[in-house]
Amino acid sequence: MNKILKTNIEPDEWQSLKAYTDARIALGKTGVSIPVAASMAFKLAHAHAKDAVYSSLDQSKLIDLLKEIHQPVAALHSQAANRDIYLQRPDLGRRLADDSVRKLHQLLAQPCDLCIILADGLSASAINENAWPVVNLLVQTAKSMNFSLSAISLVEHARVAIADEIGSLLKAKLSIIFIGERPGLSSFDSMGAYITYAPSPGLTDERRNCISNIRQNGLSAALAVDKIMYLVREAFRLQTTGVSLKDNDIGQPTQLPTGGPSNGMIIHPTAGSNLPVNE
Amino acid sequence: MSYQYTIREFTYRFDDLRELLAKASPLRSGDVLAGLAAVTYEERVAAQLALSDVPLRNFLNEAVIPYENDEVTRLIIDSHDRDAFLPISHFTVGDLRDWLLSDQADTLALQQLTMGLTPEMVAAVSKLMRNQDLILVAKKCEVVTRFRNTVGLKGHLSVRLQPNHPLDDVRGIAASVLDGLLYGSGDAVIGINPATDSPSATAKLLYLINDLRERFEIPTQSCILSHITTTIELIAQNVPVDLVFQSIAGTEKANASFGVNLAILQEGYEAGLSLNRGTIGNNVMYFESGQGSALSSNAHVGLDQQTCEVRSYAVARQFKPFLHNSVVGFIGPEYLFDGKQIIRAGLEDHFCGKLMGLPMGMDICYTNHAQADQDDMDTLLTMLGVSGINFIMGVPGADDIMLNYQSTSFHDALYLRRVLGLRPAPEFESWLLQQGIMDADSRRLFTGNEKKLYAVLFEV
Repeated sequence: MNKILKTNIEPDEWQSLKAYTDARIALGKTGVSIPVAASMAFKLAHAHAKDAVYSSLDQSKLIDLLKEIHQPVAALHSQAANRDIYLQRPDLGRRLADDSVRKLHQLLAQPCDLCIILADGLSASAINENAWPVVNLLVQTAKSMNFSLSAISLVEHARVAIADEIGSLLKAKLSIIFIGERPGLSSFDSMGAYITYAPSPGLTDERRNCISNIRQNGLSAALAVDKIMYLVREAFRLQTTGVSLKDNDIGQPTQLPTGGPSNGMIIHPTAGSNLPVNE
Repeated sequence: MSYQYTIREFTYRFDDLRELLAKASPLRSGDVLAGLAAVTYEERVAAQLALSDVPLRNFLNEAVIPYENDEVTRLIIDSHDRDAFLPISHFTVGDLRDWLLSDQADTLALQQLTMGLTPEMVAAVSKLMRNQDLILVAKKCEVVTRFRNTVGLKGHLSVRLQPNHPLDDVRGIAASVLDGLLYGSGDAVIGINPATDSPSATAKLLYLINDLRERFEIPTQSCILSHITTTIELIAQNVPVDLVFQSIAGTEKANASFGVNLAILQEGYEAGLSLNRGTIGNNVMYFESGQGSALSSNAHVGLDQQTCEVRSYAVARQFKPFLHNSVVGFIGPEYLFDGKQIIRAGLEDHFCGKLMGLPMGMDICYTNHAQADQDDMDTLLTMLGVSGINFIMGVPGADDIMLNYQSTSFHDALYLRRVLGLRPAPEFESWLLQQGIMDADSRRLFTGNEKKLYAVLFEV
């Protein structure tokens, strides 16, 4: 019996153009369809992104690591009971569950300068992979500059604004929340840092500054801590964060794009143009 | 006025049309988030049954947002064509559903009715329709628009080539444009979402595409999806703007959060017309909208997200757009949670848009935190193809590296054209043949001629 010949994938002669963009160009085709290798590469990237969305904070490992910096640690969770509720009800992810509120009350917090929070956001993997070196360096740097610190919080099913409630319960002048950003196909473990002066429930995103893309192949721990400490010092000097506080290097604002159409597209922090996502 | 319906001796009451429309909406996360959704399955059907009995005239007497408070309501009421409405003025919503599906409602009858329908009537009837009803009626509609080519003819499928780059790198964008053209995409528009809203960066990209288009005489149009005020500024400087873009929504407040109102849109429309760059037609606007956008800026004014969305179509049709695009899965899972909700919303948007007289296309898409994947997109893509959608997105490998979400690819467009026997815009199809890129069956011609396209931009 004659065997059917294997299909020759039609390669694209413009392969060399791949040097100019990370977009999935020059994939070639079989019939009119994407060849199996490129099709599977896409699926794998999506699998990584989905796994990241449904990943959990590695609490025991993080607590172990945090022992090294001799700060009390509080394990907390939001009012979203599980991942699917969390994804559909951002409002619940912005508020602490009652037992977590009690836990913070029991700490009998004294007024302090900085409150550091680690939250899963849309990628707990990002925190598991990237948070420790950044927090370690940040705590050392902050202590050397005589900033006082509250307990460090680990929060499950959390959105950025939960830092307002935690910061206010811990009587901190400024909150820094590290949170997993919405995974893309090209990076699923990107961590964002949001800084809010005078945190209190009800603040909106124009009151925050944000540093995005903290990960191994993105912004390094050292550079991230530099930027954060710059913003912290400026925040204490100006007694505010957000719109009026600019980043140091190229004068680029680090505040979040809010409802406005910064480029005419429908902009929403959950789905806007390369926005760090977690509002 | 209030509405009610009794099932097994329990009477459901709905305070007004706004509540009735919300409770009658098929389940989606955004309405739950807003606290507007029906609480039980029975309540939802009770609302649909009550809605089915509502006379269409009620929609003209009971504005879902007061006339005094909202310029979109004023536009809807003031532009309503009573003569076009007259033939169905005795209908209930249920009657309208049955008539739309009947053989009397052919393409011409639907076109004649368009301006007699308000968005709330259209949203209402869609809530009584199953997915196949939405497909069947949409397929009967035909909305054809023209600029440098003809989009929306029955039997044709066009593609917006979306060559985004996170840094607006000119060569990176050019590489994706060429990839798309060589895969037969780009007849709806070559449309770039810029990473910044800087006028000079936008102008640079406009010149890039304009030069390419002129050099190869490509019968298509370009658009940089910057804010309309930026585009107006560029038009004043004589930058070659083809289509004028803006995101819009269905309430005055939501439009304000986008930094626009009807007067600004009118200004942009007139500016676009003033350039007179269309060779075979004068449809110069490109709009985008999406369910959930009003709620996301807390500007939904108590309306369910689908009714809000259809109200944005009343805004759009005022300006005779060349393209109207629903970005259905883009806004996120708190508005449309999973593949099922995205598919339903996509079919609703396409149906409602077409019935309102819009040249509907769709960004068939999802974000990574939604419960959806490429299989769901294939399903929606195929159903919209059957529905006769005017255009879809073409993104390299379906992966937008700037906006970080997944849409449809150049290959997806070829798939749809092949399985349904659809063809590109006629002028563009001739160009593909002439350049030796592809024949009508999406087969490559291998003439070698196509190499010129990239040889001029890249020394390959």
